[in-house]
Amino acid sequence: MSNSLAKKVTDVRRYPGFFSLTILCMVLLYTPLIIVTIYSFNDSRSITAWGGFSLRWYNDIFFGLEAAKFKTAAWNSISIAIMAGTSATIIATSAAIGMIRGNPFSGKSLSFGLINLPLMVPEIVTAVATLIFFSAIGFTRGYLSILIAHVVFCIPFAYLPIAARLEGIERRYEEAAIDLYASRWQAFTKVLMPLMAPGILSGFLLAFIISLDDFIITNFVKGAGVETLPTAIFGSVRQGIKPNIMALSTLMLMVSIFFVSLSYYINRMGERTK
Amino acid sequence: MSKLVEKNNKAESSRGVFGEIGVWLLSPSWIVIGVFLLLPVIMMLVYSFLTKEFRGGVIWEPTLAAYDQFIFDRGLFGDEPPVIEWTYITIFARSIWQAALATVFCLLIGFPTAYYIATRPTRSRGVWLFLITIPYWVNLLIRTVSMKFLIRDTGPFNQFLLSTGLIDTPIHMVNTNFAVQLGLFYSYLPFMVLPIYAAVERYNFTLSEAAWDLYADRWTTLRKILMPVVKPGIIAGCILVFVPSLGAFLAPDLLGGAKTFMIGSLIEEQFKGNAGNWPFGAAASMILLTLVLIVLMIYARQQTRTYGGAH
Repeated sequence: MSNSLAKKVTDVRRYPGFFSLTILCMVLLYTPLIIVTIYSFNDSRSITAWGGFSLRWYNDIFFGLEAAKFKTAAWNSISIAIMAGTSATIIATSAAIGMIRGNPFSGKSLSFGLINLPLMVPEIVTAVATLIFFSAIGFTRGYLSILIAHVVFCIPFAYLPIAARLEGIERRYEEAAIDLYASRWQAFTKVLMPLMAPGILSGFLLAFIISLDDFIITNFVKGAGVETLPTAIFGSVRQGIKPNIMALSTLMLMVSIFFVSLSYYINRMGERTK
Repeated sequence: MSKLVEKNNKAESSRGVFGEIGVWLLSPSWIVIGVFLLLPVIMMLVYSFLTKEFRGGVIWEPTLAAYDQFIFDRGLFGDEPPVIEWTYITIFARSIWQAALATVFCLLIGFPTAYYIATRPTRSRGVWLFLITIPYWVNLLIRTVSMKFLIRDTGPFNQFLLSTGLIDTPIHMVNTNFAVQLGLFYSYLPFMVLPIYAAVERYNFTLSEAAWDLYADRWTTLRKILMPVVKPGIIAGCILVFVPSLGAFLAPDLLGGAKTFMIGSLIEEQFKGNAGNWPFGAAASMILLTLVLIVLMIYARQQTRTYGGAH
């Protein structure tokens, strides 16, 4: 009796065909990525024919003709992502404490809207607006303009995990610190920040990846001469997909997967310490 | 017990450690986003009413020329009687249509996927969810390039079909509306799955069981019981796909051609090289932004209606 009931309960949740559609979804999402990864190991100058396994295109991106260009672009991408990610994380941490622990005041919900504004404005519109802004104030476009633009759109991505973590921390910890004569700054650095650490770290990692991935906004505000990895790849791809681009893409793919896994793992660890 | 109450009252009255400095803690985010995003958007609005300069940039002379150019054609020298100019209206209509189609396709695949994942046991659920999230964080440029590589005339997809003998000549896909559609669908599919998953995960399945006990069949239960409950998740997913698709640049640019031109490419063209028209680009961006804000406002109203004003 109870067995048949259990069977019925699982039955009502099951829909025929949903599993196949899930598999189709996964195939659609992963096929292009897997194919490019496979072809990046192709030992052939033509990107169509398979010429055996080889690492020549990986060798090419590090030591080939375009190696210097990719190296500069990679350095720009990484240094901008680290600085933009760090600045956005600091601003977002401060904003999260202000939003969640601060006294209510008029305009608080407006403030929430402002933090999330970069998510609501379409990327291409942000790109145009930022370009117009820098051009109107006579700011030379280059490394610094890219960095500023990246800090702005990284803030909401850093904010979400940080705010989510802080909402799960009770107020009594920092209140206990104050009762024991800690200053506000000490209550933050010694008590609240260590508790918030998983959220802060995962916010930083997300901001870092978002900055590393951005193409549209960077393309508008970069000016002449300064390239990041996505803009360098886009420039190359315009003339056709070359095998070395596939090797570079595969490397970037691995970096993204590594950082997402790291962020996921940190979150998991954080859940346990709650 | 009384001590506890006292303690609680104390905490309540002091309003927490960071209560008073809340405004100061928020101010860095206001300044950065206010100065480098809100102000630029306002300046963009101003620029859309200025006169274009031919080398790119603007002359500070107010005019409605950019919006006029969007709707009317007044001949090469601007002195002929105005006729409706369909070029840009068509581009906007095409973008809305493509974004709507991408949303529908994402929903058709995304809903069953989200539902399937949400009804897995907790352990495997995490793995499925992780698999959906990875493409979300992979560089969109790389994903779009990969798609282009896959569906080229001489790409692996056509080679595979040729080798199986299913087709004799490669299927031409790049530079067609279909390729752009596929690109948009592929780009934003994870955006559809995640919010629907979150909604189905919270769904109380005893409701379905009750419907089942009252002799509703599977699909009636889905349509009449589950769908209305998870509707906010579905709407959120649709918005997360529709909004970025509308302003997409990479998919139409890399997978499409002149015939598949969308808003993103139209805007980008106005700011590249010397042929650009900054006020026109700013006007097109303003129109796009207005469309997006209308969609978001409808969404916000829907949310307040679903959850009531308190939420």
